[in-house]
Amino acid sequence: MGRLMKRFSHLFLPLSVMVLLIIINLVKGADYFRITMVNGAFYGNIPNIFFGASELVILSIGMTLVTAASRGQDISIGESATITSAVFVQYVLQANEVTLLTILVAFLLSSVVGLALGAFNGTLVSIFKVQPMVASLILFTGGRSIAFMIDGKLSPILANDLSNKIGTVIPGIPIQTPIILTVVFIALTAVLFKTTNLRLYVEAVGINPNAARLNGINPKKVIFLTFLIMGFCSAVAGFIAVNKAGRHDSVNLLKLIMMDAILAVAIGGNSLNGGKFSITGSIIGAYTIEMLNRTLLRLEIEPAMIKVFKAVFIIILMVVASPVVRASITKVVDKIRPASVQREGSVPLPIANRVGKKEE
Amino acid sequence: MRGISKSFPGVKALDSVDFTLRPGEIHALMGENGAGKSTLIKVIAGVYEKDSGSITLEGKPIHFKAPEEAQNNGIGTVYQEIMLCPNLTVAENMYIGRSHSLLVNWKQMNEQAERLLASLNIPARATQELSSCSLAVQQMIAIARAVDMDCNILILDEPTSSLDEDEVHTLFALMRELKERGVGIIFITHFLEQAYEISDRITVLRNGKLVGEYETIALLQIELISKMLGNELDDITSLKKHEPDVSDVSIPVFEAIGLSSSAGVRPFDFTIQKGEVNGFAGLLGSGRSESARAIFTADRVTGGEVRMKGKRVKIKTPLHAITQGIGYLPEDRKGDGIIEDLSVRDNIILTLQVLNGFFKPFSLKQAQEFAEEYIERLNIKTPTADTPIKSLSGGNQQKVILARWLLTHPEYLILDEPTRGIDVGTKVEIQKLVIALAHEGMSVTFISSEIDEMLRTCSRLIVMKDREIVGELRGSQLTESAVMNVIAKGGKNRWAD
Repeated sequence: MGRLMKRFSHLFLPLSVMVLLIIINLVKGADYFRITMVNGAFYGNIPNIFFGASELVILSIGMTLVTAASRGQDISIGESATITSAVFVQYVLQANEVTLLTILVAFLLSSVVGLALGAFNGTLVSIFKVQPMVASLILFTGGRSIAFMIDGKLSPILANDLSNKIGTVIPGIPIQTPIILTVVFIALTAVLFKTTNLRLYVEAVGINPNAARLNGINPKKVIFLTFLIMGFCSAVAGFIAVNKAGRHDSVNLLKLIMMDAILAVAIGGNSLNGGKFSITGSIIGAYTIEMLNRTLLRLEIEPAMIKVFKAVFIIILMVVASPVVRASITKVVDKIRPASVQREGSVPLPIANRVGKKEE
Repeated sequence: MRGISKSFPGVKALDSVDFTLRPGEIHALMGENGAGKSTLIKVIAGVYEKDSGSITLEGKPIHFKAPEEAQNNGIGTVYQEIMLCPNLTVAENMYIGRSHSLLVNWKQMNEQAERLLASLNIPARATQELSSCSLAVQQMIAIARAVDMDCNILILDEPTSSLDEDEVHTLFALMRELKERGVGIIFITHFLEQAYEISDRITVLRNGKLVGEYETIALLQIELISKMLGNELDDITSLKKHEPDVSDVSIPVFEAIGLSSSAGVRPFDFTIQKGEVNGFAGLLGSGRSESARAIFTADRVTGGEVRMKGKRVKIKTPLHAITQGIGYLPEDRKGDGIIEDLSVRDNIILTLQVLNGFFKPFSLKQAQEFAEEYIERLNIKTPTADTPIKSLSGGNQQKVILARWLLTHPEYLILDEPTRGIDVGTKVEIQKLVIALAHEGMSVTFISSEIDEMLRTCSRLIVMKDREIVGELRGSQLTESAVMNVIAKGGKNRWAD
């Protein structure tokens, strides 16, 4: 039991926030968990959260990897997604008849663009050693204008049946399509981690790039790879977002979503300075943020005030989760707990650190 | 300073050390790594508080609790890494943080700076950006800053380590100038020649204890070396060395010709036979680590060629070296060795996993088996294989890194200071292991700042001084005095004998 608790201790923060939000929602109205069937698909508060968070979940997976390896964040993800989805829309619109193949080719095309955008950021960060946030600032600034030009200065409408199905539901399947796509993406991520050494490489590079290099890992390649993955995540998120919306609005599509993605990584218990990471944490973090957004809506807070409440909530969250507060909580817990229960065998950390620093 | 002691958890860094600095004297503080030099000057500079002992300054007893107190009492420190702001001007750097008013009189500040620079013959202008000055001049500006704060004691911690020869002489001229003014200077260096050139007295520390204070002129270089290295007898029973099989000698396992690297080691030739244990001997800064790093391409290799078993191979990155069967345990365990937040298991399997390939991860079960095998074989003390390596003691961390390399079954293993900063028991274990590995046919290069360790394990020593090879010793020549003789006589030597 103790081992299990230790293994999932990093999920304590996002899960407790989730529980807190559920309690608030239940107080507001006991029908929070109610699910209704409309036109053969499930709707309700909970399905809506899963539906709404799709893009954020996918982007926060990429953000987790970029953060872990490069010790910085990519702030151009929303803009990358806008560009890739613009390409997607243009390809679909030029087709005479929109078939599944059209959608598939359009998606692959937009993925290639996503990888190229990732490669652009990745090259700046890994080879030219530009700080990730500064490197991605370029696309953040120019991305939406590029998308606007691809659109032909319009905001094209995706009025085909397939896009509608991808953005909402496929008749006969009770779960909304973006939720299914997200689950598939998460499953593919799990397979990626199972079949490659991505985790070991990324963590080694994020914690100690010098040591990683001396053990045969090329930190530049690993950082570049995480940006490539981030680019692909952007393409998938853009694909879902534009099909959901039914039109390509290059000004507002996934606007400022990088803030939520970074926040999801942080709520997931990941250090924004890189190193060890938890994808599960980030995914739960992303759903938590969506839950928070919808809770504030449900509490009928004035739309103009929502951001203030969100900010206050996040401040409280971050202070509670800060190392300072955590350390003092640990202290209090240790005092209450009898000494015999405390873990034995390992050297207390501060001493090991100081001994290491003692050399001349 | 009398009877200064300072302990860190688990280590006694200074053990009742006495130190005297007279006005107008340049006093060199010498000793190998871990001797306590840095700790001593940090006590003087108020960075650390002493545990016991007394410090008197001009007859008055003093007790510093913070670096500012030391500064206010006229003790200035210039550290090895220049702690100035490269993007500010020279004058700004000299006066930053010293004024208590919010307003700055720029004109007056620049004039003052200009006057001070001129009086010390520092070739820099007050308004020029610091980063446009050479390293030596930056170093001198740091000194000028300290001097201007009315210091009468100046501590220079390895100021010459990144300077070239001409720059060193410019710096020495400034030091002599300050000496004329009655400033007492404590000078830490690893370069013996520099200590002889500039200092009046030398104090030697070893393992946190005072060895003695000597007049520089009266101390022969060879005596200094022996005092720095020490010749205490360990309780280790003499280990039986492994001599390489003579029949194999024709084709060396590894051979380097004219190898040089970006770290500044002069082109050198090097060979090692199957089952041989050899080592680079020399003082710190002699190039012993740099040579090892050049072989493994840990630093960028700038010239020379490399052969494995007689065949010419291209080794451009550490990965190439690993694939060729070379292993390298780095000198800086914390900076280059451990991945501190990862578990002992991940740290052990890391390199083999990289060799195995990105797309072929070991199953958790397989990884656990590897980890447990080596935890048992090397007697690594860790609660579980899941424990993060950072919570292990230094000796056990080092064993984990050793395990990492042994798991890859290298043909040639380079161990750079594998015994530094770890307990005596583990030191002996590591030395025994090295000899056992040689018996199994592995070639090992063993580098240590403790010369007796190298004499016990190596059958051949390559002696280095000032970044070049000055001699080679083998068989019956392998004695401590022989090593010291080669170091003292080698290179451009003006003071020995």
